[in-house]
Amino acid sequence: MKKTPPVVGAGVTRPSDDKLVQMYREMVLCRALDERVWMLNRQGKAAIVASAQGHEAAQIGSVQALQVGKDHFYIYYRDLAVLISLGLTPTEIMLGFTAKAGEPLAGARQFPTHGASKTLNLVNLSNVVGTQIPQAVGSALASKMRGEDAVTIVYFGDGASSVGDCHEAMNFAAIHKLPVIFLCENNGYAISVPLSKQMAVDGIVSRADGYGIPGVVVDGTDIMAVYEATSEAATRARDGRGPTIVETMVERYLPHTSDDDDSLYREQEDLEEARKRDPVRILQEQLIGAGLLPGDTDSVIRNEAKRVINEATDYVDAAPYPEATDFLDHVYS
Amino acid sequence: MTVQTVIEAVRDGMQEEMRRDQSVFIMGEDIGARGGVFLATDGFVGEFGEDRVIDTPLAESSIAGIALGAAMNGMRPIAEIEFADFIWPTVNQIVGEAARARYGTLGQMCVPMVLRAPQGGGVRGGLYHSQSVEAIFAHTPGLKVVTPSTPYDAKGLLKSAIRDDDPVVFLEYKRTYRLVRGEVPDEEYTVPLGVADVKLPGDDITVITYGLMVHHCIEAARIIGNEGVSVEVIDLRTIRPLDNDVILASVEKTGKVLIVHEDTKLLGVGGEVSAIIAEHAFDYLDAPIVRLAGPEIPAMPFSPTLEAAFLIDTEKVSAAIRNLARY
Amino acid sequence: MPIIQIDLPQVGESVTQAILEKWLKQVGDHVEKYEPLAEIVTDKVSMEMPCPVNGVLTSLLVDPGTTVPMGDPIAQFEVTTEEQASNNPSAEVADLTVPDRIGSMDLTVTNVGPTGSGGPITTGTDPKEASRQRYSPAVLRLAQEHNLDLSSVVGTGISGRITRKDVQAHINENRSPKPIPHEPESSDQIVPLTAVRRMIADNMVRSTTQIPEAWMTQEVDVTNIVTLRDRCKDEFEQQHGVRLTPLAFALKAVSEALQTNPMVNSVWSDNGIILKKQINISIAVASPKGLLVPVMHGVDHLDVAGIAKAISSLASKALNDQLGVEDVQGGTFTVNNTGALGSTMGKGIINHPQAAILNTEAITKRPVVIGESIAIRSMMNICLTFDHRIIDGAEAGSFVSAVKQWLEAIDPDFRS
Repeated sequence: MKKTPPVVGAGVTRPSDDKLVQMYREMVLCRALDERVWMLNRQGKAAIVASAQGHEAAQIGSVQALQVGKDHFYIYYRDLAVLISLGLTPTEIMLGFTAKAGEPLAGARQFPTHGASKTLNLVNLSNVVGTQIPQAVGSALASKMRGEDAVTIVYFGDGASSVGDCHEAMNFAAIHKLPVIFLCENNGYAISVPLSKQMAVDGIVSRADGYGIPGVVVDGTDIMAVYEATSEAATRARDGRGPTIVETMVERYLPHTSDDDDSLYREQEDLEEARKRDPVRILQEQLIGAGLLPGDTDSVIRNEAKRVINEATDYVDAAPYPEATDFLDHVYS
Repeated sequence: MTVQTVIEAVRDGMQEEMRRDQSVFIMGEDIGARGGVFLATDGFVGEFGEDRVIDTPLAESSIAGIALGAAMNGMRPIAEIEFADFIWPTVNQIVGEAARARYGTLGQMCVPMVLRAPQGGGVRGGLYHSQSVEAIFAHTPGLKVVTPSTPYDAKGLLKSAIRDDDPVVFLEYKRTYRLVRGEVPDEEYTVPLGVADVKLPGDDITVITYGLMVHHCIEAARIIGNEGVSVEVIDLRTIRPLDNDVILASVEKTGKVLIVHEDTKLLGVGGEVSAIIAEHAFDYLDAPIVRLAGPEIPAMPFSPTLEAAFLIDTEKVSAAIRNLARY
Repeated sequence: MPIIQIDLPQVGESVTQAILEKWLKQVGDHVEKYEPLAEIVTDKVSMEMPCPVNGVLTSLLVDPGTTVPMGDPIAQFEVTTEEQASNNPSAEVADLTVPDRIGSMDLTVTNVGPTGSGGPITTGTDPKEASRQRYSPAVLRLAQEHNLDLSSVVGTGISGRITRKDVQAHINENRSPKPIPHEPESSDQIVPLTAVRRMIADNMVRSTTQIPEAWMTQEVDVTNIVTLRDRCKDEFEQQHGVRLTPLAFALKAVSEALQTNPMVNSVWSDNGIILKKQINISIAVASPKGLLVPVMHGVDHLDVAGIAKAISSLASKALNDQLGVEDVQGGTFTVNNTGALGSTMGKGIINHPQAAILNTEAITKRPVVIGESIAIRSMMNICLTFDHRIIDGAEAGSFVSAVKQWLEAIDPDFRS
């Protein structure tokens, strides 16, 4: 039986209209970027792609609920939309997918989207799932020890929630009431293994009781729900009331990565059902319904996204690979 | 100068750094009210409070991972692992993550953390309280690995490790904690990482060692010295980075090398030191490089006779030096 | 009933000492095994120490508040014989667990070698016999740098291996400038090197480079020998067919002295100093071809007359190029009669691999102080060069003195 999660103050926070349109713009841009890098992979120009399609609302909605430049973001490999929402340009991100010179997060030493940005307080260190969770707790511990009101948010999938580090980190954060938000992007698959083979419950939020912290499940395709839940969790963290688990139920439209074949483990009907919950379309309909995309605003946004992605593609196509001259640097201080 | 034990020097080193720098804090099991199972943090919680002396759950992986995250966010954590035998859950966070943080972020992230653990045998610790773990960590670029032998070095190296901007695995020999006493200056000092120390100068044979074995090697060198063979004892102090200069200068002088460590032999530190000598001082060698190291069994057995059979002592070192002298 | 001693036990990892805080039993108490005996405090724990035996506490060896190294005795108990017997084995084991100060660990492991691991090891690193001809990188590098022929270096390493130190010592000994290649001028004449000359040269080089030499000399009053010889030389020649020479006396004296100083009649080897049983004296003889050193075998079995005959025989063979292999082999000591050349003092070069060489110098008449007066005496210097690896100064002095005493003790009225 699924326990009713504690409700995190419903409806108290809502993004402004301008912010909603901005989030829509980011979402459209990210979707266009995502589709393009997948194509680059099929052209042999991007060695590996993990798609965020279906996760965008959870990622953008949570970032927009926080304070970029002050709060800390520990993300994982499927968080393309977090990067867009934090302000990285499609060109910068695409330099990562094509492993070209000038890639800002890791100098193209790492898989796409990995590395760090000191100015954005962004860390995406590892491909080893779950390792970021205790690191994020450590970041929150540091902020608390210094008396800052910065929040650390850590993103992870349902797969990573099985790793022991996840439990250890949540437990520690709960004990010390650390300002951290555990944002789970539950898309129901750990590569090919469905949720039913990962846990005997419907999600991870019921663990919150076990740690004595609040937890909330939200529709991860509903950007406003995510924004609200994250805002509440951030307020709680800044107030010294400790961590929150925000479990966002999302869909994964594409295989785990460009090297995966989901037809081996996923029914076509399942995918079609998933695509009905398209966060981009859902927000589009919400905005149109609210009259926030008047006239040809939507097509302007989409054309602008296409233009930016085309320019970025041209740029990275022409960009050189990094010279193997300084690849021995930055091992020690 | 004050005469201290190794554990007192470790304690003082941490205490001084915590007084000096607010970003230094300690986390680990039983380090609070208990003061650590070896009393390395005795009295700390009273002076620095529970916020800077954090008793953690029994969860080594997160001790390392949380320390890593705090380090990347501007703190200088000291993560204590109660016994080095319990360090394996940290390998993912230390070898997999901390060591790569700087490299994988093009130098944007630095990890000024210390992972402290008591290691080694001779205390009736059996299979799970006696192990030496330096070789596993020393294999990883991005980490520094320190193995002090004396109170002076333990304090000076620990202070340097805490101030260092890279992750340092600091392995203290628990057998030395209360066995080895030595002079420690009253005034402020540090011992640089990556610099070996000639503990005893000599001309005929070079003995390269570290940790507890330093004391057996010095004792053996003194005995052999009375037999007319002049032995130089080098304490590596830091396993990574290794001090090639001191190693090679000594080998070029003596031409004969004995490497002694408590850890098992195969693929151990001795193998690496041997290779460095073979690569850079081949023309100076006058005898095969000899390694005296722990036997190829997975850990140190419990019974006193079995433990003694595993451990290298002064007599075994002396015998090895004599054989090399005769060669 | 026997009294046994009990020790402070080893408790706790890394702990080496404890404070005996308080005694919980008094002298005279009968204490059951496992009853609390004392309170002890280490820097890790404080605890009650259970009594290890059944018995009557007879004395307390430690005052309360004292810091005691673990393993040190703290009390004595009177116990039954059975109790004593049952406590002995555990006491032995306890010894092993007692922490030692650095370098005084109890474990005695024999037969360990440098390779392999911490456990007992059965094999050492003795290089195989063949490695005598294989050189270490250090040796090869030094030899190359100093343009050195390694066959001229004596190895002191295992199985005669040439060590880096051997080469270094060799180089240090030969710091003298290298022979400068000398191009002869047209007016110069080249004397071709004969086989004997080359052999002499090689032997001399080998001896001086491999043997650390020392040298000493003593004056011998041979007036009695001269008197004796002058008186009976004709008679002797008539009787034995050979001339009686002072050398014969000297050889006899050497033979006697070698018997009482066996180290001088020996050969150096890596496995030890080989004391030669036979006394075979090599005698340096000048021949038209150069220096020859025939050997007089079994000198200790000959009298002076026999020696004189043997000298004559060897000298004649040498002069006539008739020396056989047996005549030049097996020498254990060399006498060099430089006196025949008019030399009064000189340092011989040891006939490798022997341990020493004695020069018998020219006999000259000299004023000598005897008691409070001055007399004209026939004096001869004897000079010993010896291998200092084998022979110390005291032994050399003892040998030379023995030769001198034998020669000076000759009765001038002796009749052969």
